[in-house]
Amino acid sequence: MKTRNIMIVGVGGQGTLLTSRILGGLATSSGYEVKLSEVHGMAQRGGSVVTFVRYGDTVYEPIIEEGEADIIIAFEKLEALRYKHFLKPDGVLVINDMRIEPITVVTGLATYPKNIIENIRKEHTVYSMNAMKEAEKLGNIRVFNSIILGLAAKHMDFSKDEWIKVIKNTVPKKTIELNIKAFELGYQSEF
Amino acid sequence: MLGNEAIARGAYEAGVQVSSAYPGTPSTEISEAMANYKDELYCEWAPNEKVAMEVAIGASISGVRSMASMKHVGFNVAADPMYTVAYTGVTGGLVTVVADDPGMYSSQNEQDTRQICRAANVPVLEPSDSADAKDFMKFAYEISETYDTPVVVRTTTRLAHSQCEVVLEDRIEKAVIPYEKNIAKYVAMPANSRKRHPIVVARMKKLSEDSCDFKINRVEYNDTKIGFITSGIPYYYVKEAMPSASVLKLGMVHPLPKKLILDFASKVDQLVVFEELEPVIEEQIRAWGINVIGKDIFPLVGEYSARLIHEFILKDKTTTKEPAIVPARPPILCPGCPHRSVYTVLKKLKIHAAGDIGCYTLGAVAPLNVVDTTICMGASISSLHGMEKARGKDYVKNWVAVIGDSTFMHTGINSLMNMAYNKAAGTVLILDNSITAMTGHQDNPATGKTLMQEPTNAIDIKKIVKAFGIENVFEVNSFDIVKLEELLKTETAKDEISVIICKAPCVLLKGISFPKKCIPITDKCVKCGACLQPGCPALTKNEDGTIAIDSNACNGCGLCMSLCKFNAIKEVDA
Repeated sequence: MKTRNIMIVGVGGQGTLLTSRILGGLATSSGYEVKLSEVHGMAQRGGSVVTFVRYGDTVYEPIIEEGEADIIIAFEKLEALRYKHFLKPDGVLVINDMRIEPITVVTGLATYPKNIIENIRKEHTVYSMNAMKEAEKLGNIRVFNSIILGLAAKHMDFSKDEWIKVIKNTVPKKTIELNIKAFELGYQSEF
Repeated sequence: MLGNEAIARGAYEAGVQVSSAYPGTPSTEISEAMANYKDELYCEWAPNEKVAMEVAIGASISGVRSMASMKHVGFNVAADPMYTVAYTGVTGGLVTVVADDPGMYSSQNEQDTRQICRAANVPVLEPSDSADAKDFMKFAYEISETYDTPVVVRTTTRLAHSQCEVVLEDRIEKAVIPYEKNIAKYVAMPANSRKRHPIVVARMKKLSEDSCDFKINRVEYNDTKIGFITSGIPYYYVKEAMPSASVLKLGMVHPLPKKLILDFASKVDQLVVFEELEPVIEEQIRAWGINVIGKDIFPLVGEYSARLIHEFILKDKTTTKEPAIVPARPPILCPGCPHRSVYTVLKKLKIHAAGDIGCYTLGAVAPLNVVDTTICMGASISSLHGMEKARGKDYVKNWVAVIGDSTFMHTGINSLMNMAYNKAAGTVLILDNSITAMTGHQDNPATGKTLMQEPTNAIDIKKIVKAFGIENVFEVNSFDIVKLEELLKTETAKDEISVIICKAPCVLLKGISFPKKCIPITDKCVKCGACLQPGCPALTKNEDGTIAIDSNACNGCGLCMSLCKFNAIKEVDA
């Protein structure tokens, strides 16, 4: 199989790391060679963060280069815009329709772009939903990334059962049920 | 397995008994992973890298395998013992893991550890992924004991924080090597060291010869039109871009296996050296009279990728899309961070801050812009002292030094000793948030807990400062901005040393709870924007100019509330 390149982008603290590890664990247990690359340290303090997951028969470099990503999973829409040039021409973006203003916007040094998702849609295939709102309805906003992962899962190479198995093995025990519910919600959605 | 976890696993399997380190991105997780093996070995956080290195040296002399780990700038701090232990050699295997940071993801410079090791005459191994990392650690201990030398394993951020599969093996139970008194070897005084230096030179020469047969130096012959010499993560960039090229993958990057390289060079039409940062390998090969492509086309700065080979060797014309122009999202202090409160007061009083290394370096960026300087660990206090000695006591009356608890323990303590000794004037703020925060929450001598999670004596910063003979020592809650402002006004006006310890725990600390949240009372809001000045990420402006507080982000520190003169923010139970 040709190497698949998945990027997970977001704001430090949103759980990009855990999500990339869920995906990495799944690809490993499916028998692929997997390489994962993360950002630690300073960027975690509310900065822009990106993690790379690559899987396939043979994977060399652990990073994904511009124009090479099959899927970009964005936990925040400005971050989708920031990294969209990493996408292949036929790549897919899965975007959490959520706005987190960077400090540069809050302090008036910059403006938050308008109609981000609509504009990206002009160039690329975009699947998007407001996962925070849905997670709130489920009773815990923290599971929003499982909803987005569910939405993205349809475009990857693993069955739903495999996904659910790896979520069970990765998330904290107390939150297994809720995370699976959240994943299902994203998986079933039509956006 | 994460690169750093694989390094720890390698050390564990090699039978390491003692590990000492000071946290620093991207090396921190090595020690955290060592703590998982605490039933079978001893591991600790040291107050700084020099201490960590010396602990490892002592353990080695006593006859066991030991490890010190640190980030690249920490290696500067540990350089003093390293340069000399290269002369004395070891008893039990001694390996130092040093993590470089090409691209400076979280460092103040991108120095190349291989350069220092060349200067210190210490062999260096460089793994390319997590699987290599584990294997190379074990081999490093063999080299250390066979050649009687300390060994450095060099990693980079990309290796430290990327993952691939690693096959686990059992731990080797190493018997303790009996201690034998050997003054000529272990007492580094001139008469002894003069005899040791030629031994060091001979050892490096022998290693250069022997390493031609080391399995970690591997030749992959394919198409011989181009032959790459590379090591570390860049090896995979070569494979990604040109899987059919011939490659000499160096597992040992110092000393170089000269014969192996000469042989490889003779078999390929064009030799290319592909190495991140400094031209360490390239310059040595050039000195042997061999023509190579290297830094004449590849950059001396930043992190590499396969794209560089596409661009400069394959001359691919494929252009990528331009990135969209979007507002920057720099890292920021967390909502409820006590540093923000302190900086808000400094900003109000228009006080300059000589800064230091930690989360509080973020006080240099907008909207706070309080921190004027950041050089290295501990430099806040000593540079403030330098300013005072250069320009006089009045000059530093609108300056303070700002340093965290862990950084104070690291080297700031020496700087404060210097101020006390040399009759200085100046105000030092120790921001005590009870943790080493920036690197992801490691304990330090002031937190009362060890790396192995045992309770221990928490060293009292106030008592240390008093012991230096400094009279003006105060403790204040970081969020008590009224008292802090008052103290800053009186203390900076003095012709003496004052130390203000600003105390409040890091909001990310485990077990910490937030009983309150702040909410805006919109009809009282006069849209003055005073609450927005500290740059708390929980606060945003509504379209009508009033403010909104994200209740998910707010930690209820109350700073915005204390800044609002119109009582338009109140605290509620979370």
